[in-house]
Amino acid sequence: MNLTLKIWRQKDRQTRGEFVTCQARDIIPDMSFLEMLDVVNEDLMKAGHEAFAFDSDCREGICGTCSLVINGIPHGGQKGTTACQLHMRHFHDGQTITVEPWRAQAFPVLRDLVVDRSAFDRIIASGGFVSVNTGGAPDGNAIPISKVDADRAMDAAACIGCGACVAACKNASAMLFVAAKISHLGLLPQGQTERYQRVVKMVDTMDHEGFGACSVTGACEAVCPKQISLDFIGQLNRDYLRGSLKP
Amino acid sequence: MNTCSFLFRTSLGKKYIMALTGLGLVVFVVLHLLGNLQFFLGREAINRYGHFLHSTPELLWGSRLGLLALVGLHLWAAIRLSIENRAARPVGYDRNKPMGSTYASRTMLMSGLIIAFFAIYHLLHFTVQVPVVNLRGTDFRLLVDQAQRHDVYQMMVTGFENPAVTVFYLVGVGLLCLHLSHGVSSLFQSLGLRTGKYSPLIKRLGCVISVVLLIGYWSIPLSVLLGLKK
Ligand code: HEM
Ligand code: FES
Repeated sequence: MNLTLKIWRQKDRQTRGEFVTCQARDIIPDMSFLEMLDVVNEDLMKAGHEAFAFDSDCREGICGTCSLVINGIPHGGQKGTTACQLHMRHFHDGQTITVEPWRAQAFPVLRDLVVDRSAFDRIIASGGFVSVNTGGAPDGNAIPISKVDADRAMDAAACIGCGACVAACKNASAMLFVAAKISHLGLLPQGQTERYQRVVKMVDTMDHEGFGACSVTGACEAVCPKQISLDFIGQLNRDYLRGSLKP
Repeated sequence: MNTCSFLFRTSLGKKYIMALTGLGLVVFVVLHLLGNLQFFLGREAINRYGHFLHSTPELLWGSRLGLLALVGLHLWAAIRLSIENRAARPVGYDRNKPMGSTYASRTMLMSGLIIAFFAIYHLLHFTVQVPVVNLRGTDFRLLVDQAQRHDVYQMMVTGFENPAVTVFYLVGVGLLCLHLSHGVSSLFQSLGLRTGKYSPLIKRLGCVISVVLLIGYWSIPLSVLLGLKK
């Protein structure tokens, strides 16, 4: 199949970007979206042009590195799918596809489709961890955990930190990301000691990094490749209230 | 005082303010409807109710000032949050296909601001009773019933006999219900009360409350406009 791409070109952080149009020729429907971009880039390089920069790593939907807004939807709008797992069979021959980077104050564009997501790292560094003492390895089964809590913590832990929630939110809010992290740690016994300090610190960093607030529209949940539930934001709101009121 | 500063400082704090003041306003809107529906019990009932409210200035002014504080805080948080939210995305998308969000949830600021405008009109119309805004040429302040009470019933009938005024009320209340169809569900989420098994119930609650309020509030002006109440 042949496609037309309307794709974002930006030299670096300081330079203003613009959309450019280019052709994707002889695309096999079984290719992933990123493989299609590889083909486009090869063609460009053969012709002596600069390739489009885009992020990817695992290409199997588990690392959260790929980050493309495809036709106005982060990761392209297939339920529970990252851009690297999105196949070209969902598009039709001759279609024009718009490809843009994540758009958020806190995620500045570094080049073309690559954004700087280190704001997420700083949120994690401010409290998204469990401190442990070194010593003999503890027995993995010594701490009782209810199956319900373990499952819920696991659901939250599925977050791969790709930032699609921020990209989809009309307020570029990082609430779903932070909610997943505080729930994943806060639902487990090991995470209790720092539970309330953690949430207060992470929310402060989130605000400081320039993410917006939650308007509960549910756009984040809809695009999340790991289908993290909006319910976790409820948990975040509750834990933050408790954390802030703690003497 | 420092314990509560997070309410005004952080994004989540401002959302707690939105949710709590929103909840207070919802309670008022429900009570106000219950009071107004006495219109259907006839002139005697609604006029007695109006007289009752006005004969205790402590209660009347207490409620009025309370409402003013709620609206003031809600408006302040709405504007602060909207400014911050806009700043969080300085460059928009070329194509933006909303996914998973409702129209109501994306237009809360607009619906809210129009409601504010409507509320000002409503106050001038029926509370301050400025004659020019009722488009009927009647001075509502001069209406009295046989018991020498203010004739609220007559004011409502005369007020809603003008189609332009009535349509404005229908639109205003419609937008209020749009606001609440998202707002009521959202406030539970903001206060951290929406989790797990309650979440489907809470999602539906916004819709149910808005439809009930819409029918209730529309029934009065519509029954007058259609000539069912004279
Ligand atoms: C003065 C005019 C008003 C304005 C400008 C306004 C604005 C807003 C905005 C912008 C939001 C969404 C905040 C966000 O995106 O996070 C909101 C939420 C809300 N509003 Fe209003 N509003 C107004 C009046 C009202 C009234 C009269 C009621 C109730 C009768 C109400 C009830 C609510 C509720 C329940 C919420 C949900 C709070 C939450 O998300 O936690 N609002 N309002
Ligand atoms: S490249 Fe790892 S999730 Fe897409």
